[in-house]
Amino acid sequence: METKTVISTENLTKRFGDFTAVNEITFDVKSGEIFGFLGANGAGKTTAMRMLCGLSNPTSGKANIAGFDVYRQTEKIKRNIGYMSQKFSLYEDLTILENIRFYGGIYGMDRKSIKAKSVELVEQLGLKEEATKLVRSLPLGWKQKLAFSVAIFHEPKIVFLDEPTGGVDPVTRRQFWDLIYAAAERGITVFVTTHYMDEAEYCNRISMMVDGYIKALDSPANLKKQFGASNMDEVFYQLARGAKRNL
Amino acid sequence: MKTLFFLLQKEFTQIFRDTVILRMIMAVPVVQLLILPLAADYEIKNINITVIDHDHSFFSRDLTSRIMASGYFRLSGFGQSFNEGFAQMETDKTDLVLEIPPSFEKDLVNGEKGKLFIAVNAINGTKANIGAVYLNRIIAQFNQNIRAEMAPAPKMAALPTIEITNLNWFNKYLDYPHFMVPGILVLLVTMVGALMCSLNIVKEKEIGTIEQINVTPIRKHHFILGKLIPFWVIGMFVFSVGLFLIARLVYGIVPQGSILLLYGFLSIYLVAVMGVGLIISTYANTQQQAMSLAFFFLMIFILMSGLFTPIDSMPEWAKWIARFNPVTWFIEVMRMIVLKGSGFHHIRLHFLVITGFAIFFNAWAILNYKKTS
Repeated sequence: METKTVISTENLTKRFGDFTAVNEITFDVKSGEIFGFLGANGAGKTTAMRMLCGLSNPTSGKANIAGFDVYRQTEKIKRNIGYMSQKFSLYEDLTILENIRFYGGIYGMDRKSIKAKSVELVEQLGLKEEATKLVRSLPLGWKQKLAFSVAIFHEPKIVFLDEPTGGVDPVTRRQFWDLIYAAAERGITVFVTTHYMDEAEYCNRISMMVDGYIKALDSPANLKKQFGASNMDEVFYQLARGAKRNL
Repeated sequence: MKTLFFLLQKEFTQIFRDTVILRMIMAVPVVQLLILPLAADYEIKNINITVIDHDHSFFSRDLTSRIMASGYFRLSGFGQSFNEGFAQMETDKTDLVLEIPPSFEKDLVNGEKGKLFIAVNAINGTKANIGAVYLNRIIAQFNQNIRAEMAPAPKMAALPTIEITNLNWFNKYLDYPHFMVPGILVLLVTMVGALMCSLNIVKEKEIGTIEQINVTPIRKHHFILGKLIPFWVIGMFVFSVGLFLIARLVYGIVPQGSILLLYGFLSIYLVAVMGVGLIISTYANTQQQAMSLAFFFLMIFILMSGLFTPIDSMPEWAKWIARFNPVTWFIEVMRMIVLKGSGFHHIRLHFLVITGFAIFFNAWAILNYKKTS
């Protein structure tokens, strides 16, 4: 598979009044890459991600997602991406199958393929018994795995994950990352924010945001070399210590 | 189109799964229609009256018994002096004090003017006023009777009198529920449209699913239609339960005009009030905010709609508010079609106005609903 660029930004900026949440960030993400988007709380990760998803209009700068412009072609972008937010985004009062059917349906999949694919999916996730139970009754870890699977159910080019493993136990997190790897292998580009530094190690490349700027961008191995650190935790501390915004 | 179908399937599944809402949809129309028309009665009864009879004559006793026989009054006691009666009024034990002077019978027999004094407790203005009117009417009738008895017959025949005969149109027996039930039905569908619809959308904001919806390629108008159609159907259902089950079976109200015309108007009206609900949901971020906003508007809509107080007696500025209130128009249409049997040509203006409201509110809501901030 040729590695083409699926996300590219140039001086992308978002201001809220006097406050510059995201300050002229420039980066590229290649197709099939797992791109980690790191930074302390309030560094501007979520705002940047919302701009890339077409949820928030940039103040200035350029960005191109899956070949579409974030200013003029947000609806086309939305057709080609999946998104999983910090807030749990499935309907708790619908069953697993109903949630899958709904999200598959609004991405324009037909009923037949939704049905076939959802049977496959619940089997893969080991949720066959629970398929007709309300999502409300599932443990958090399962909910998160399900939410991720629903976000990539329509085979998007890129999936955006905003702190997908918050509050999930280490075993489930590991399983979650297995799902991410599987998705990347299928050619889905994964753009993920996280606070867990062990997860950062799983990424192909990571960027570190501090106070709205991207302060570092490279593979985990190169970053550790660059900062003379033995693990990603140290890299994070060195960069985030200089942050002026409240941690 | 296909997207809309998936949206509707999801909405209906959620609504039918929520037993609280489901029970509300079923119970609210029944309870409201059973309680309100019977309790919120305009007819003033049980007016407390204290009689201070200084005369203790045949005439004074006759007058008192006539007052009591009218059925509107409840005797809260006889007093010895006006001060005693006034003390009762001060403690809110009585609404009216009637004082009959010592020379009442003597004056009347001698052909002089008889004098009576009525004191009114105006704290509850409506009750006291209407009570005084009733009392005046009874006394006037009493006056007529004694004049007829005392005046010589030939002279009496020569006296010109004006006799008034009433004929009540459209509500022959002045049946109060006939007047109220159609109006309360309007309130019910307004609640369903404005309140339930806005709460439903804001709930998605609150739990965060709206953000997930906003990153999907769902079109704005599909999403909004997906929210409107279920509540439109529920509104129709609630209205039908009220009209056919309660109004007809319990109160015996059968619409005089065309049912089709009524539903035609209702279908546009529902779109208009759901537009209000949508506007609220685009401004509110939590269900609490939506609730407060919806209550604010519904209060004004309901109190300024002519349901409880006639619009004709409002000050000019208030009439303008009433005119910009969709509820006013539907209550008028309801009363016209149900009680009067009006046809389409009578309510053409109403159709035009409500269509205008529907377009205005929904356009505002759609413009204000943003998938991208």
